[in-house]
This record gives sequence, structure tokens and C-alpha cells, in this order.
Amino acid sequence: MIEMQDIYMTYPNGVVGLNGISVNIKQGEFVYIVGHSGAGKSTFTKLMFREEIPTKGKILVNDQDVTKLKWKEVPYFRRNIGVVYQDFRLLPKLTVYENIAFALEVIEENPKSIRKKVMNVLDQVGLKNKARFIPDELSGGEQQRVAIARAIVNHPGILIADEPTGNLDPNTSWEIMHILEDINASGTTIIMATHSKEIVNTIKKRVIAMEDGVIVRDEHRGEYGYEI
Amino acid sequence: MAMKFNTLKRHLKEGAKNTVRNGWMTIASVGAVTTTLILVGVFLVVMLNLNHIAGALEDDVQIKTLIDRTVEQTEVDQLEENIKSIEEVETVEFSTKEEELDNLIESMGEQGQAWSLYEQDNPLNDVFIVKATDPTDTEKVASQIEELNGVYEVNYGQDYVEKLFTFNQYARNIGLVLIAALVFTAIFLISNTIKITILARKKEIGIMKLVGATNGFIRWPFFVEGMILGLLGSIIPIAIIMIGYYYLSGNLVLLQQFNFVKILPFNPFAFQVAGLIIAIGVSIGVWGSLMSVRKFLKV
Repeated sequence: MIEMQDIYMTYPNGVVGLNGISVNIKQGEFVYIVGHSGAGKSTFTKLMFREEIPTKGKILVNDQDVTKLKWKEVPYFRRNIGVVYQDFRLLPKLTVYENIAFALEVIEENPKSIRKKVMNVLDQVGLKNKARFIPDELSGGEQQRVAIARAIVNHPGILIADEPTGNLDPNTSWEIMHILEDINASGTTIIMATHSKEIVNTIKKRVIAMEDGVIVRDEHRGEYGYEI
Repeated sequence: MAMKFNTLKRHLKEGAKNTVRNGWMTIASVGAVTTTLILVGVFLVVMLNLNHIAGALEDDVQIKTLIDRTVEQTEVDQLEENIKSIEEVETVEFSTKEEELDNLIESMGEQGQAWSLYEQDNPLNDVFIVKATDPTDTEKVASQIEELNGVYEVNYGQDYVEKLFTFNQYARNIGLVLIAALVFTAIFLISNTIKITILARKKEIGIMKLVGATNGFIRWPFFVEGMILGLLGSIIPIAIIMIGYYYLSGNLVLLQQFNFVKILPFNPFAFQVAGLIIAIGVSIGVWGSLMSVRKFLKV
């Protein structure tokens, strides 16, 4: 499903992002990426989404070499990957419904099926009754649920979550984790970069620990393993 | 590549929405386009008319060969032959002093009436009106005629003709350079405005890229916005040019002295200029928007 082979990534300013990484993630897996800030977590997720191109190495996503994608192919490639960030990235002037519909409109989805898809996904994240609210009228957890809904509305095979609970209080974080678990249960691969020891140690999944641009630990049903 | 109707509708709507949403920036850039197009329009009107008048005058440059009043008819005939034998001469026309006086009186309008006193004792000469095949040869032809027998005076407004030719060339060149500079400035201003628009909508574009919108799709609303800015910017210039030219062409006709300088008729000229202004407005709008979006999308 996702295969990274000996990836090196040096940014144009000389900063080393990744220093030789090989990893294999299967369809339907739930993977935590843990590590200190600057350990290479963000670079890792950006490479998968083709936001960055590695200086060396090969990244296969669904048997497609991401590093060899042409400019024109990138948008279509991205439609198979949902992304959620710590800061939600919702459009403040649009309602919840419009925020999600927007994601479908801009990939030229058939307008007739947009409404149905949006209502389904809002149901899935439990926000059906808040469809007409704007983001500012929602709590942080609800905003993140909207962002998740937007990321999965097109049923991508992979969901990348870059510290999705980073801005949320513990209770709300658990809500978000349950939603992610549900999504994972339906077969979507989830790759989640996180700093939350509590989450990693409670909801046991595969853990990839990074340090200075290399993988220092890769355990099935692992622990966070860092003292903060 | 056919675009889905819904997509086209969306781009048009988004472009229009951008234009409205960006309130002050829209007004500022429409203002820039308006200013540019007014200047471009005035230049177009002036230049095209100058060219037209110059062309008319060029065609009209004639050499008046005043015939010596003392010479016999045979010498006049001989003179005509001699003039005709000059290589660069196209036509030679004889005009009696009576005809010349009539022309003079007519061209002076009411003041000309005073000249009718001279009808009894006409002080003018019979003339040969000579035209050169190429108007720029006028001076050369004139100096050759001056050498001939039976010529009292050669009159072709030498300074005037030469100055006209040089002025015309300078005016044309300066006008073209100025128009190019103005258009370039407007494109720069529009592209800057749309750049600000794009920065203001950076988040939206970021999300579009996130969910896999194509660059073409992202670009379209800005393309439409540029077009709208260009169109809006051409409204006032067209109004000014149309109304201004309508009065100008109406009033210039009243000035009898300028009768020989006929400007281009309101219809179709003003409409042609209006069409040009719209075309230039839309082009600079679209060009400006494409310039700023292209840079931005290479991420």
C-alpha cells in the first residue's frame, strides 16, 4: 500500500529532514508516528502527500511511484488521500455543509451527488444537526470533526492526520480518536503523527518512532516510549 | 477540452464573487484600468485622427505654380508641357485667376465677402495645380518647376509640408511607445491586485490543492476576475470617449476655418475605438491575472 525505500530528504536550506528511511504500511493499518519536534514526522507525512519530493529514494503509494508523478497527475493522486491538520484549516465564511461540499465541488464532483455525500459524512462524524453553522460557532473538537469529514468525504484509501488532537483538550481528543478508529475500521489506512503519549499508550496501534530523521523503533501495538 | 457547464458556471460565479468580495481592491484596480484606458482611448482618438488628417493632407499636398501675368498663351502651353515632363509629376491642372478668387472667397466664409471687391480687378494669377505621384517628392518637383520659364512663383508651403511629415512620424512613434507603456503599467497593476486577491484567498487555494483540485480549476476564477476587472475598467473610458467625441465631431464641423481638417466621423469611428478599448481592457485583465496566478500555483 505505502512503501518507502531508503528515503533521504534534505531541504534546500540544508536542513536534513529524513536520513535514510524504509517503511512498509499495509492497507487498513493504523500507524502512529511519534517523535520530538524536528524528528522528521512532518517531512514523513508531507512526502506521502507529495507536498515534498525526496532528495533520494522511492515512495510507492498504491504501486505508484509518487516521486515520479507529473505536475498534472498530482491533483488526481491527492484525491486518494485525505489530510487533517492540527489547525483544522476550515474556511471561516462557509458553513459546515459548504466547507465539505467545497472539497467536492473543486474536484468537479457531480452536483447531484454532492448533497448526499456531504450529509452522509456529516452523519458519520455526528454533526448532521450543525450543517448550517459556521466554524466559529463550533467547538474545537467539532471543527476538527468537520475537517475529518472533509478529508474522508471522497472515501480516500489513506487518511493522514498531522497531530489532529494537538489543539484539543483530552476529552475532545478521545472523541476524535473514536471517529478515527471508526474510519479505520471501515478499511481506511490511517497515519497519524502525534505528541500525545496518553493516546498512543491507550489506543494501542503500530508505532513508528523517529529521531533525527531516522526510524528508531517500529513496533506493532507499541508504546509512546518518550518521557516529556 | 470541453468544460462541464456546471464548472463553467461555478468559475463565472466565483470570479464575480471575488470581484465583489474584494471591494476596495477591485475599485482600486478598476480605477487603474480606467485611468489607463482613458489615456489609451484619448491617444487612440488623437493618433488615429492625426494619421487620418495627415493622410488626407499628404494626398492633398499640391504645388501651386503661379503663372507670370505677362506671358503669352503659347508660353503657358509650353510651361504645361514642361511641367508634365517632370518624372515625379502625377497631375497638372489649370485654374484661372477667376476660379482662384472664387475659391479664396469661399474658403474665407463671411470674411471672404470683402474680397469680392477684387472681382473687378483680380490681382491673382492663373495657376497650374501640380501633384506629385509620391507626396514626399513635393519639394523636389517644386524646385524643378521654379526653374522653368513663365513661372512667377511656386507655392507649396514647403516648411509646412515638411514639418507635417516629421511631426506625424514623431507623433506616431511617441504615441505607440506611450500606449505600450500605459498598457504595461495597467497589466502590472492588475496582476498586483490579483496577487493581493490570491494572497487573501491563500487558505482557500491551499485547501483546494489539499483536496486535489487541478491547477486549471484553481486558475479559472482568477482568469474570470481579471476579465471582469478589464470590462469594468473600460466602461467609463468608453463613455468619456463616446460622449467627448460626439461633441467634438459636432463642434469641429461648425468651425469653418478647419473645414480642410475633417476628423473621422463619429459613426463608425467612436464604436471602433470603443471595441478596441474593451478588447484592450479584457486583454490586460486576463494577462494580469494569468501573470500573478502562474507564479503562485508553482508550489
